[in-house]
Amino acid sequence: MTLTANLRERTAARPAPSSAFLALSKAGFLGFIRDKATLFFTFLFPMMFLVLFGLLFGNEGVSRTSIGVVGDGPVISALERSDAVELTRLDSAEAAREQVRDGDLPAYVEQNGDTITLRFAASDRTQAGVVNGLVAGVVNQANIAATGQAPRFTLDSAQVEDESLKPIQYLTPGIMSWAISISAVFGAALTFVNWRKKQVLRRLRLAPVRPVTVLGSRLLVALGVAVLQFVVFVGVAMLPVFGLRLSGQWWLAIPLLLLGTLSFFAIGMLVGAFCKTEEAASGVANLITLPMAFLSGALLPLDAIPQWLQNVSLIFPMRHLNEGMLDVMVRDQGIGALLLPAMVLLGFTAVVGLIAAKVFRWEA
Amino acid sequence: MATSSALSVSGIHLNYGDLRAVDGVSFDVAEGEFFGILGPNGAGKTTTLEIAEGLREPDSGTVRLLGESPWPRNIALLPRIGVQLQASAFFDRLTAREQLETFGALYGVSASRVDEVLELVGLTEKAATLEAKLSGGQRQRLSIACALVHDPDIVFLDEPTAALDPQARRNLWDVLREVQARGKTIVYTTHYLDEAEVLCDRVAIMDHGRILALDPPARLVRDLDAATRVILERGALPAEQARALPGADQVAEDDLSLTISTRSPAPLLSALAERGTLDGLQVRTATLEDVFLELTGREYRA
Repeated sequence: MTLTANLRERTAARPAPSSAFLALSKAGFLGFIRDKATLFFTFLFPMMFLVLFGLLFGNEGVSRTSIGVVGDGPVISALERSDAVELTRLDSAEAAREQVRDGDLPAYVEQNGDTITLRFAASDRTQAGVVNGLVAGVVNQANIAATGQAPRFTLDSAQVEDESLKPIQYLTPGIMSWAISISAVFGAALTFVNWRKKQVLRRLRLAPVRPVTVLGSRLLVALGVAVLQFVVFVGVAMLPVFGLRLSGQWWLAIPLLLLGTLSFFAIGMLVGAFCKTEEAASGVANLITLPMAFLSGALLPLDAIPQWLQNVSLIFPMRHLNEGMLDVMVRDQGIGALLLPAMVLLGFTAVVGLIAAKVFRWEA
Repeated sequence: MATSSALSVSGIHLNYGDLRAVDGVSFDVAEGEFFGILGPNGAGKTTTLEIAEGLREPDSGTVRLLGESPWPRNIALLPRIGVQLQASAFFDRLTAREQLETFGALYGVSASRVDEVLELVGLTEKAATLEAKLSGGQRQRLSIACALVHDPDIVFLDEPTAALDPQARRNLWDVLREVQARGKTIVYTTHYLDEAEVLCDRVAIMDHGRILALDPPARLVRDLDAATRVILERGALPAEQARALPGADQVAEDDLSLTISTRSPAPLLSALAERGTLDGLQVRTATLEDVFLELTGREYRA
């Protein structure tokens, strides 16, 4: 018998569904907070990743290129003002050359009167390119300035993100998406497998309670846990050590988070319908949540994976949850940014939830 | 005999592929009756119970439970029936009281009722203990309490005494008798023939999906017309003399005892009394185990 068939069952007089719903929800919450292993995987485990990545990437993000300078003059001063590179003062060209050769510095610049010498280590092509472009730009500007003419073209360049954009800003929504997927997928899958195995589902079938009440109570637990995770993760990330700064309408992340939880819960229901044992269910849940987290940019920046995989990840709810949360929590966007992710998450939940309801089994 | 049936099962069949799990079972259970279904593993007891509870649809045949059909899931009927499935059908990490409160809430039961049921099954002291920390017997009693929390008219118990030690079994018997004393109809399955003999008003003996016999235990045993065995300590009486006693059909001797089989125990016992050999004497009449052996031709093994 499927869940949908049960929903159509005749509805005779029965005790107030609200008391059953509240009691089942309370039982679920008590079971959750008394389970140390689940608490660990819900809060501490993802937190370890937040701390690890947060400290790993530091507050500065990718460190700035450092180059050696020898001598003095307008070009050197311009480089100093540009603030794009860190300058290391060196006494002589020979010493600087030595350091570049040894790989301690990617390049050095020497100004001797009107002659600018740039020597770089070709072993690091990326750095060499950056330094070449930068120094060439500064030299060109100095040349224009020397002609006494006003520049004809002006370049206005600035970063698009908030000045405060640090790795923690990206890490927090990502790791939170991942953590919520773990608690909702595992929570739903393990509950249904366990309840089927222990005949709790059968016992509930023999009580005058509608399947939607039972399901709803578990969903409430999952949503409650997700909100708790949000509060804990954001709270910790905002500590001065990590320095998360939320943008204006960060609270818009909460409705999105609840929608994300719905879609993860639907995945969990589907896993719970197919798996016979808890071991199988956690294996399958891992197999889904971990690749989903990596491909959705929750644990790694999306640019780190090939374009075609980025396209594949568009089918994952976590991709949309993560992007939506980034938009409202750190990219300072408003409710408009929620529209697309919210629609995708709702659609995903409807499709997967319907399949899960179809294949749902009361009995082993 | 009560006039109305709490449960009426007629001609039910259920096949699992080629296996005839239930093969034409019919019986009526009267209101307030303690009805036992017994038989070895795989006899079809549990499947019969599941069909009666409305968990399964029979391939053919009808079930009337409290005058209604339990299949398909009949939500109006559910508050009137109590079902104990197995000792582990609990929510995770709740105390005994919390389990009962949760199940009770499904039926809209008040908290005072929870105390009453805890008292009934003797778990008042254990109310605040997590279910997982209860002993096997306590867990079984909690499971029965969960089946009784909404005060149903009929209770189904599937092997409530399985895997319990003798003391825990006897404690549970007291609970079951108390439940019956409160006017509930009880339908239960068991492996234990001795237990069914003690508890049940009537028993149905099942094997291979069929009911082989259905009667009060005492009548089943009486109808068997089996010999009574009188057992004496070895040496109390020489075997030759025993064979000569009135009513002695057969005499067997082993290292410890001398066993006289008889179909007329009264003259045999008075003859033994005259000889002053009643010390350490035991009389064993036939049991349901003998009935089972007689019906199936097999030794009973739970």
